[in-house]
Amino acid sequence: MADSGVVETLLQRIEKADDGVDSLNVAASLGVDHQVIVGAVKSLQALGDIISADLRSSKHWELTVEGSEIAEQGSHEARVFSSIPLEGLAQSELMVENIEDQVREKLLQVQKGNFSQLDEKEKNELKKRKLLSEVTVKSYWITKGSSFSTTITKQETELTPEMIATGSWKEKKFKPYNFEAMGVAPDCGHLHPLMKVRTQFRQIFLEMGFTEMPTNNFIESSFWNFDSLFQPQQHPARDQHDTFFLSDPALAHEFPQDYLERVKKVHSEGGFGSQGYKYDWKIEEAQKNILRTHTTAVSARMLYKLAQQKFTPVKYFSIDRVFRNETLDATHLAEFHQIEGVVADYGLTLGDLMGILHQFFTKLGITKLRFKPAYNPYTEPSMEVFSYHEGLKKWVEVGNSGVFRPEMLLPMGLPEDVSVIAWGLSLERPTMIKYGINNIRELVGHKVNLQMVYDGPICRLDS
Amino acid sequence: MPTVGIKRDLLFKALGRTYTDEEFDELCFEFGLELDEITSEKEIVSREQGDTKASDASDVILYKIDVPANRYDLLCLEGLVRGLQVFKNKLEAPRYRRISPVNGDPQKLIITKETAAVRPFAVAAVLRNITFTQERYDSFIELQEKLHQNICRKRSLVAIGTHDLDTISGPFTYTAKPPGDISFKPLNQTKEYTATELMSLYKTDSHLRHYLHIIEDKPVYPIIYDSNGIVLSMPPIINGDHSKITLQTKNVFIECTATDLTKAKIVLDMMVTMFSEYCSQPFTKEKLSGEFINRKVGINESTEKIAQLLTRMCLLSRATGVGDEIEVEIPPTRSDVIHACDIMEDAAIAYGFNNITRTTPRAYTVANQFPLNKLTELLRQDLAAAGFTEALNFALCSEEDIADKLGKKISETRAAHISNPKTAEFQVARTTLLPGLLKTIAANRKMPLPLKLFEVSDVVLKDETKDVGARNSRRFCAVYYNKSPGFEVIHGLLDRTMQLLEVKSARGEGYHIQAADDSTFFPGRCAEIIVRGKTVGRLGVLHPDVINRFELTMPCSAMEIDIEPFL
Repeated sequence: MADSGVVETLLQRIEKADDGVDSLNVAASLGVDHQVIVGAVKSLQALGDIISADLRSSKHWELTVEGSEIAEQGSHEARVFSSIPLEGLAQSELMVENIEDQVREKLLQVQKGNFSQLDEKEKNELKKRKLLSEVTVKSYWITKGSSFSTTITKQETELTPEMIATGSWKEKKFKPYNFEAMGVAPDCGHLHPLMKVRTQFRQIFLEMGFTEMPTNNFIESSFWNFDSLFQPQQHPARDQHDTFFLSDPALAHEFPQDYLERVKKVHSEGGFGSQGYKYDWKIEEAQKNILRTHTTAVSARMLYKLAQQKFTPVKYFSIDRVFRNETLDATHLAEFHQIEGVVADYGLTLGDLMGILHQFFTKLGITKLRFKPAYNPYTEPSMEVFSYHEGLKKWVEVGNSGVFRPEMLLPMGLPEDVSVIAWGLSLERPTMIKYGINNIRELVGHKVNLQMVYDGPICRLDS
Repeated sequence: MPTVGIKRDLLFKALGRTYTDEEFDELCFEFGLELDEITSEKEIVSREQGDTKASDASDVILYKIDVPANRYDLLCLEGLVRGLQVFKNKLEAPRYRRISPVNGDPQKLIITKETAAVRPFAVAAVLRNITFTQERYDSFIELQEKLHQNICRKRSLVAIGTHDLDTISGPFTYTAKPPGDISFKPLNQTKEYTATELMSLYKTDSHLRHYLHIIEDKPVYPIIYDSNGIVLSMPPIINGDHSKITLQTKNVFIECTATDLTKAKIVLDMMVTMFSEYCSQPFTKEKLSGEFINRKVGINESTEKIAQLLTRMCLLSRATGVGDEIEVEIPPTRSDVIHACDIMEDAAIAYGFNNITRTTPRAYTVANQFPLNKLTELLRQDLAAAGFTEALNFALCSEEDIADKLGKKISETRAAHISNPKTAEFQVARTTLLPGLLKTIAANRKMPLPLKLFEVSDVVLKDETKDVGARNSRRFCAVYYNKSPGFEVIHGLLDRTMQLLEVKSARGEGYHIQAADDSTFFPGRCAEIIVRGKTVGRLGVLHPDVINRFELTMPCSAMEIDIEPFL
């Protein structure tokens, strides 16, 4: 609160003036610093509509340090003149006997505030000599407010336990709150946006009756990652350029032997109604350990396990990391999260796959879907899933799907009339779209922008 | 997925009508193709080399079309147009047959046993009475290149050579010789070179140098001669200049040498079927039932209708009249058809995926969460509620991150090592979550202190008892970074975590911590976390050297535990 004496004086001045007062003038006439008056104005403004104050600015001229010295002691020239003693001037060639110290005169005018006595050219010349400087002054034009009064009562800032106890709050006036200001940020932790989206996808699968697969095995043998999926050993995905191979532990050493023989046969000779790929299938290739390139490797293990029991229909899902030795850019990293759904039952059709995809994507708030024929070594038919993006006004790819090939399922020992339908998508892409992130490095990895994590909203995929 | 660039106007001319870009996009989508980009040579050159270089380039409009990786028959204008025309019922599916030359015997290619050491297989065919135009010639070369890059795996599996048959005379011999014994004038060169000289000549060739490694280290190189000893080619590197094909060539001799015979046959079939009405391979016939297709796709069409659908996909089919049996002819162009399900897919495509009624699987299933993930989900919520913010770091990192920087030796880490990392960031799978969190802090040093971070995620450890020799381990790691070390803050988080996991503070059946030595931590400021008598992790104040190596400046305390014992 500003000095109450100043506040009262100010209020009296305003009462007397009909059309208002200037804060600078008030300061000058009271002989106080302008900031004191500004403080009084601010504290009055905080009390409501007692006064109204408009900020305005004016320019005026001030003397610099050197200028003030000249105003006080005379210009340098005049000081030289006056310093010459009457008797001590050897060369009596002094041209003038008396001088008029114009510079000092002009500066004194400015010092008095009579700026208009000098024309612009003179002012600029003195400015150039660094004797004058132009200053912009902000002041308030103060007029009476709608509830103007010269007497003010002190306002309380907050309700206290004492006031409640004594009932004194009934007599007090309270300072109004500034509802424009932001509140104090709560001290809390935050979940990572990608993990929030993962939680929602898990929720969707669980709502649809899908059981979660154990995907906590990043290192996988080529056998489960490729061979069991009927992906031939010369397939480009099995290249050094696409897949991370391991040097230690370099090889897997344990396989279900009967099953391995059936896989070898279906690749190299065919069988189960297939001609096979007709090439020399090598165990050495299948043994090579890699970082799994898709979670479908786990689906293969799960389906093989299922085939070893009396068959019952299953729905499986997983959301976990996969690894690709690819060229990196703003949307591609060497590792990302794959979302995968698998359904195994007697007599599933392509219509079932499209129907379940429709249900799944509806839960994500995506209802307009269409399907494009595609190629994938272990599904036939294979379909890319496109959804209509209202913002981009075009169809964008949102996932991949298909029916697992008989060459993959029958060697596992699943009944012949069981079909397995599956689909997959990345977790990062919907998250980037959801949170408006363009560079994947700002989302995943150590270069994450923590402010983005702090500020992130809750995740509702369907709104 | 291979991309084929095709001149739009030529394409429309061959299709017999024009399309708007949208109409053509729609047609591609239905057929399983993707119109990836509409561009021109000028645009491509300008984008890659700047506007000045582009001024002379052609501005004829090009369609870039993505073709599925198994449809080698769609990699050139000829095949693409044929596929689309049949699909739209404008053309009948072609049938291919072999003919013998009018005068005399078929050509012969004799394969000698020496080739076994380097490139054991070769197949060959002749295209007779062909008329090349500039466009057809370009398309012929382009198809060879596309096949080389895709199915031929950059010439390592199969290499194609094409020759003007009228400049050479059969029978031809495919053999292998030491590089010093091979000498000929290679394509577009003016003098003869030995094979050894050629290998060093092409070391600097921006195109050919990528193929040299295929035979470079072999004792003998593959080579094809005609009956007069003229060199046709030295596969998979270069053809001879003598037999090169031109616009005037009438009869083309095509040879494919290979390390994979099945692939060599596919490639040869593609070359001949795309460019000839006469071809050496007979088609095969398959029989399947209409019911099979209806059941797998989820439609209900008559046997005749299904036969019509298949015919539109270049699989000439007819209802045999025996029940719902359909006989399907598989042309040599469709090497992707190896099972009845491949035929079923074509029926579904012709029917139109988007015309199939969407249904719902009827099976009743009860969902279960994977227990470790359930624990992780529940724990993460409460760790955030305890004031810590979740980070998400890469499972791959450098050896330095998990060893040197933490004051450890890499040999002590049980880390799984990657054999082919492109950069140091992918040398190993992480064995601890700590380096990732410290790097996250380093990247966010501008944020107000304190920084309180956690991560619950998997690390990878070598483990001989597993089939692959390694396993994941689910960890919980937290760090506190501030002007003071805040050991009590991390200790408090441990206490809270144990409270959440219903483990009491007690020796024996509960948990306690006891002083331990660990080079990652400041001496005397590290303790082991012992739960029910077993060590599950550590906590402490980080060693100043560790802080420096992660480019941090403030004291930092951390904890990391294995959460699997709490399942």
